[in-house]
Amino acid sequence: MSRARADEEEYWHSSKFRAFTFDDEDDELSQLKETKRAVNSLRDIVDDDDDDLEKVSWSGEPVGSISWSIRETASSSTTSLESRDSSLPKGSSSYTALPKQASSYSLSNLFKGRNKLPSFQSLSDALSDTGVKNYAPELRRPKAEYKDYSSDWSPKDTVRRMQRGKVCSLERFRSLQDKLVLLDEAVAGNDGNVITAVLIFLKRTLRKEFLFRELVVRQVALCHLIHFLKETGEQKFLLDLLRFLDRTEEFALSQYREHLSIQDVEKRREFLKGCIGLPFSAEDTAHVQDHYTLLERQIIIESSDRRLEKEGGSEIFRKYPRKASILNMPLVTTLYYSCFYHYTEAEGTYSSPTNLKKTFKIPDKQYVLTALAARAKLRAWNDVDALFTTKNWLGYTKKKAPIGFHRVVEILQRNNAPVQVLQEYVRLVEDVETRLNLATKYKCHDVVIDTYRDLKDRIQLTAYRCKVERGSAEEEKIDSILNNMQIRWKN
Amino acid sequence: EHEVEKMFTLKPGRLPQADVKNIIFFVRPKLELMDIITDNVLREDRGRAPQRDFHILFVPRRSLLCEQWLKEQGVLGSFIHREQYSLDLIPFDGDLLSMEAESAFKECYLESDQTSLYHAAKGLMTLQALYGTIPQIFGKGECARHVANMMIRMKREFPGSQNSVFPVFDTLLLLDRNVDLLTPLATQLTYEGLIDEIYGIQNTYVKLPPEKFAPKKQGEGGKDLPTEPKKLQLNSAEELYAEIRDKNFNAVGSVLSKKAKIISAAFEERHHAKTVGEIKQFVSQLPHMQAARSSLANHTSIAELIKDITTSEDFFDNLTVEQEFMSGIDTDKVNNYIEDCIAQKHPLIKILRLVCLQSVCNSGLKQKVLDHYKKEILQTYGYEHILTLNNLEKAGLLKSQTSGRNNYPTIRKTLRLWMDDVNEQNPNDISYVYSGYAPLSVRLAQLLARPGWRSIEEVLKMLPGPHFEERQQLPTGLQKKRQHGENRVTLVFFLGGVTYAEIAALRFLSQMEDGGTEYVIATTKLINGTSWIKSLMEKLEPAPF
Repeated sequence: MSRARADEEEYWHSSKFRAFTFDDEDDELSQLKETKRAVNSLRDIVDDDDDDLEKVSWSGEPVGSISWSIRETASSSTTSLESRDSSLPKGSSSYTALPKQASSYSLSNLFKGRNKLPSFQSLSDALSDTGVKNYAPELRRPKAEYKDYSSDWSPKDTVRRMQRGKVCSLERFRSLQDKLVLLDEAVAGNDGNVITAVLIFLKRTLRKEFLFRELVVRQVALCHLIHFLKETGEQKFLLDLLRFLDRTEEFALSQYREHLSIQDVEKRREFLKGCIGLPFSAEDTAHVQDHYTLLERQIIIESSDRRLEKEGGSEIFRKYPRKASILNMPLVTTLYYSCFYHYTEAEGTYSSPTNLKKTFKIPDKQYVLTALAARAKLRAWNDVDALFTTKNWLGYTKKKAPIGFHRVVEILQRNNAPVQVLQEYVRLVEDVETRLNLATKYKCHDVVIDTYRDLKDRIQLTAYRCKVERGSAEEEKIDSILNNMQIRWKN
Repeated sequence: EHEVEKMFTLKPGRLPQADVKNIIFFVRPKLELMDIITDNVLREDRGRAPQRDFHILFVPRRSLLCEQWLKEQGVLGSFIHREQYSLDLIPFDGDLLSMEAESAFKECYLESDQTSLYHAAKGLMTLQALYGTIPQIFGKGECARHVANMMIRMKREFPGSQNSVFPVFDTLLLLDRNVDLLTPLATQLTYEGLIDEIYGIQNTYVKLPPEKFAPKKQGEGGKDLPTEPKKLQLNSAEELYAEIRDKNFNAVGSVLSKKAKIISAAFEERHHAKTVGEIKQFVSQLPHMQAARSSLANHTSIAELIKDITTSEDFFDNLTVEQEFMSGIDTDKVNNYIEDCIAQKHPLIKILRLVCLQSVCNSGLKQKVLDHYKKEILQTYGYEHILTLNNLEKAGLLKSQTSGRNNYPTIRKTLRLWMDDVNEQNPNDISYVYSGYAPLSVRLAQLLARPGWRSIEEVLKMLPGPHFEERQQLPTGLQKKRQHGENRVTLVFFLGGVTYAEIAALRFLSQMEDGGTEYVIATTKLINGTSWIKSLMEKLEPAPF
């Protein structure tokens, strides 16, 4: 978004036109002069129209576009497609029929030949009231002309006029009956702009209950009102409406959305607490409950950690100062944080990872991944080791990883684990192919050598000998294996 | 020529100093923009002389809601003129028009606000005024039906619009985006589609990282590498781009190298030019050749940038999963790759695209699978995304399989949406634009032209919304007498957005020798999966006011 904005800016600032000055005196003479000037400049446009078209296109050189758009307004809405002329013929080889047709309706024709094309005239009038007129004199139109408070428009005419962008007074529609006819006309006209305008009027002049009741049988208008209320943030009115309609889930979500605009965490927490009882769907209720619990936790953790950090007594905070507060962070981020700063705490404390895991029913996979990332970052290899060690009932230890050891290796590698550590986990990767790949990639020579030995692959092992350093322990190891008479090589 | 002193982008704060009398705001009728304008107006120095006058121009329509808003802020009176500038369809290329209404899909399917459809109908009326009444209208989907109804009504209400223009278009095809939710979710694999997926094309312009565009002159020693992003305009006016934009990316490399040979051969010509006449001819060709050379250099650089990404492991994995879903493999269980991406906190939009794709390709996910994804997403990205997930469900992109029946395989087979033997270099079917998947929307257009929709009634019924046909009477004098071998022209209007890959597929159909139909494309907005999903996400940052 900001990228696009900078983009535009560059363009706007780079264009420079002469000043558009009006005479300050309001007398007739200056107006006349001005009109004349405007008309003259219009002729300019019309005359050089043909050469001009090229830079006029939106898809073409943008410099012309603003003048094009002003001219656009000056002529009429019907010309908004004129610029097709300029862009259509170019490029598209498959396309030839259009431009010829269009060229007879160039801008100049619209100006000069208005009377020659009667069908056009009626169309442009019908489509838009701005019609064919020039721009500068219009700027001078007195304010009063705007307030077009003629009082005897029928509902239908009123809607028509509004569709053309005229301001109409709605105040004279007094009875409920009149108002509803007006609304129905607006809905029939399909123009959301007008529908919304009428709704604003009805909302102001009707009792809520009446309005709601009538909207139940007018779904289109109802949708517009809901959209309007959302846009303008009239939360209370919206909630009343949704409650009236018995659209409970929408009501709940709409209420919940409000928390986003509450900056103060304490207030936000209170608000979320209030949301828990709302009529969400079953799953969403659980999520909202979790959201509340999480924020409550974060507030506790944040205040105690901020104190710890300030006092400077805790080594971990001194060594790794916190980059940001934990408030309003997602659950997994919070878990990472707690694995980073509070890993060894007993399950009873709010900030301990195991407590978080239990409270939010975090799946094993997710937990292991997060803890691994946090402990690897701290280079606490013993913790990493413990994470994957399980004891069976005989007291034997076994390595197990719910996420697969190849993933463990990846994460460790990303945290610059030393080869000795890495190698231990590469060795545990079950799939031989993957193991060899990883071992070769991360230079875990021992694992490569052992794997080839187990595969009894003499050729590969011999080939690998060239890849290790001369006179190194690895080379020696390979030699001793190759010389071992007891191995039955498969090749 | 209109004596405009300067143009500025709208932003909050005090208006820039300029010695002018009149200030005109050109705006879309959106409330957040009104707030900026309010801010501008309120901060205007009252004491300055001469006082500046304010005017406001709404594009494409005056909005009474916005004016009401301005009134509530107490600034409405400051505007001397409030007008509208009825710009409905903006030409983007020789065969492409867009309304650039980015929230049209959201408004139609989430808010049930059909104002953008009203504008689409108005735009079509204008188009008919210029290019003749379109005799046949086909459509599929609720919104399509609605637009057709409005067009018919508008025509009835303004009998004067009966014009005497010889019709250019034979057929109008109106298509709802929600008839084909699948296509925009998949990664586009045409050259232009990939540029859009990776860098985002904004109003035919794209901004690219500058490194690859550094002038390769010796002696400069990389000291002053450009830091500004490189900005390029992309349209068919550029000969080379017109040729490669719609090709599958895998076919772009060979075209570029062929072009390189031709150009260097052309430059070699100068050694053979002996007579003055020959030299003169060579020199006259120089500007064209130089333009071709710089265009080639640009596109080679872009292709390199894209290649870096398309050859990455993650791009490949992502594409593999997409293609599995689209060809109907393992769509009914939790996908490992998606889980991994969530665990590694890949961008949320990427996750949502994949999950939605899976949902669409399975006519909804099993409740258990859906709940699992939702939980993982909320725990990793934050609970507030409940709102976004709800929006996606409302739009039908994400749902649980309620009916228990998965229609997608039938639709896929009948419409031949998945082609195993795809030819990326010399395509013989539209499926090349997604390297295997043929966009449903374009397939519908193709089947409409030949043999007609009657052959696929069953499938049409499975897709959402009604399908229909309308005819508009033409005066006898204007009825087309088709020459032998002359192509029909169809205007395809995508309500709710269209992707570059779909456009490429339609252009491909236009160029087919025995196709018999040429296509012109109109839409409410040019989209890709990312921009589309983004438009449906709840804005999480508090509003700027």
